[in-house]
Amino acid sequence: MTLLAAVGLVAATLTLAWLSAATGVAYAGGSRSTALRAPAYESARLLRQRRRRTVDADRLLLTLAVVGLFPIAVLMAALVPFGDGPAAATLLVSGIGIVWINAFDVTVWALVWLLGWGPNAASGLVGGYRFLAQALAYELPLMFALTAPAIAAGSLDLRVVADAQTVPYALWMPVAFAAYCLGVLGFSLRGPLASPTTPDIDGGVLAELSGTDALLVRAGRHALLGAGALAAVPLFLAGGSGPLLPAPVWVLLKAAALTAALAWVASRVPAVRPDRLFAVAWTWLLPAVLVQLLVVSVVAQAGLTAAGGR
Amino acid sequence: MTLETVLLTAAALIGVGVYGAMSQQVVVMVMMGIELAVAGVLLALGGLWWFTSPDVSLQTLGLVVLAAMTVEMATGFAVATLLHRRDGTDMTDMAAGLHE
Amino acid sequence: MQVTDAGLLTHLAYAALALTAVAAGVAVFVVDSMARATWALGTSFVCVGLALVLMGQSYLGVITVLMMVMEMAVMAVYMQMFMGMNPALMPMSMVHSHRTAVLAGVGTFAALAAAALLIPWPDRRTTPLSSPDADVTAAMGRDIMGAHELVMLAVGPVMVATVVVGVVLSVRGSRYDRLGDDLDLDPDRKAHR
Repeated sequence: MTLLAAVGLVAATLTLAWLSAATGVAYAGGSRSTALRAPAYESARLLRQRRRRTVDADRLLLTLAVVGLFPIAVLMAALVPFGDGPAAATLLVSGIGIVWINAFDVTVWALVWLLGWGPNAASGLVGGYRFLAQALAYELPLMFALTAPAIAAGSLDLRVVADAQTVPYALWMPVAFAAYCLGVLGFSLRGPLASPTTPDIDGGVLAELSGTDALLVRAGRHALLGAGALAAVPLFLAGGSGPLLPAPVWVLLKAAALTAALAWVASRVPAVRPDRLFAVAWTWLLPAVLVQLLVVSVVAQAGLTAAGGR
Repeated sequence: MTLETVLLTAAALIGVGVYGAMSQQVVVMVMMGIELAVAGVLLALGGLWWFTSPDVSLQTLGLVVLAAMTVEMATGFAVATLLHRRDGTDMTDMAAGLHE
Repeated sequence: MQVTDAGLLTHLAYAALALTAVAAGVAVFVVDSMARATWALGTSFVCVGLALVLMGQSYLGVITVLMMVMEMAVMAVYMQMFMGMNPALMPMSMVHSHRTAVLAGVGTFAALAAAALLIPWPDRRTTPLSSPDADVTAAMGRDIMGAHELVMLAVGPVMVATVVVGVVLSVRGSRYDRLGDDLDLDPDRKAHR
């Protein structure tokens, strides 16, 4: 039963990754009619490609980074409750799911930097440095954004948070939701936060990857975007609640919609230089998220007082 | 997993950390030794909490240890940057200014 | 991920985590690549964090993992910035007073291990001292916002002070260098400086 759920979860993560890749193809100048097939063709091409090696590569650390990204996405997805109510089934049961999501997204820091370091080549290392600089920029707003639903629901448990939403949190805490979405684009290195992989540094952390390595990393990147969108469902989009359809279907539909939306944004917005991103993220977004948290705290306390609590 | 095995692990981590902090020349490596020892302290605290007296106030102490680790690291990085900027050194032996 | 009491699986998981933690800790000072040393320390920390999760302290454990992975990422940058070593290119020993250090390390371990084994530690399961709260994280939250609020009040300013100290020590110029006397220059237009 657990095994079946695990297989289903990997399939769901793969589907979301596929959707993310296909949306990218469709809206970034590719042919729309073949967009859904494109990821499969590209995967097949990469599988047949011979692996290129660099001199004195740190194979151990590089392999860790290449193999690690996709499992992190699956682990993040495993925290998401697919059912309805505070006792819904999740593969990884945790009373502090929100903190785990944060911990998983932080491991991307390690993996992307190692991806740049591993091949022992200049462009990769520049990409790795760029990623750390931009990670500092997006991570703090993301961390604070993650606490907003927790404060409103009074719990770090994703099931409780999903269950507590009569109105989706995305509607009345838009700044936190926006900061979260920016964070998702950040840890999947897409769109405005793709600067560690842009052509000006020959593809940065992706520069030296080929064959299966490239396939695994690209799949991991798309899967991270999908998993981030999936995690947003209990956090900001009222979990599995919705009319007619059963809860798991709603969770997947919402996740798919958000994945497509984020991938569309990612394919439309050019990469921003890390230092410019930093200025915006820390001088505007971070204070805005803190004000958002203040508002959420006041509303949550008012709700508690009205309900006769402390 | 018993209290003894947890404390032994912690003792091993602290021992390796002490060795590292004393033997390394590079400031950042010295910091890594100290960090390893603090990890051992954290583990020992966690073990004592779980096996002897799971009182919640000891958890708060654990938070303080974590906070101390952050302060140590942040200040250490800043000092390392300062030394590097000023003299281009990164070795403990060369950082003579610290003795004055 | 809440573990109630030690079953066989818990014992095995703990043994694996403990051995990895110590082995990775030793590796920090054995490997000759800065990147590997950094991530060996990171691995050691992740194991300590997960061991804490096994011992019913999921919040502290996860926070340890989270914090240390971030810190090691920054650490890796420092290691390279100041050492500039390529993996496997320059095997070198960066060690001084090796004998004393080994003796001190072994001595510390021996003393602490003796203490760990010889002190008759009380056991909450045989001599009921107290039992863990049903929800440790929630209990800790109430504790730092209630009985031990002073701790939180003290830690907060210390953290802010650390941020200020870090910036003051490490920054080269001030914002006036970057933005001009009236703070009105566009930092990207270097020609104006």
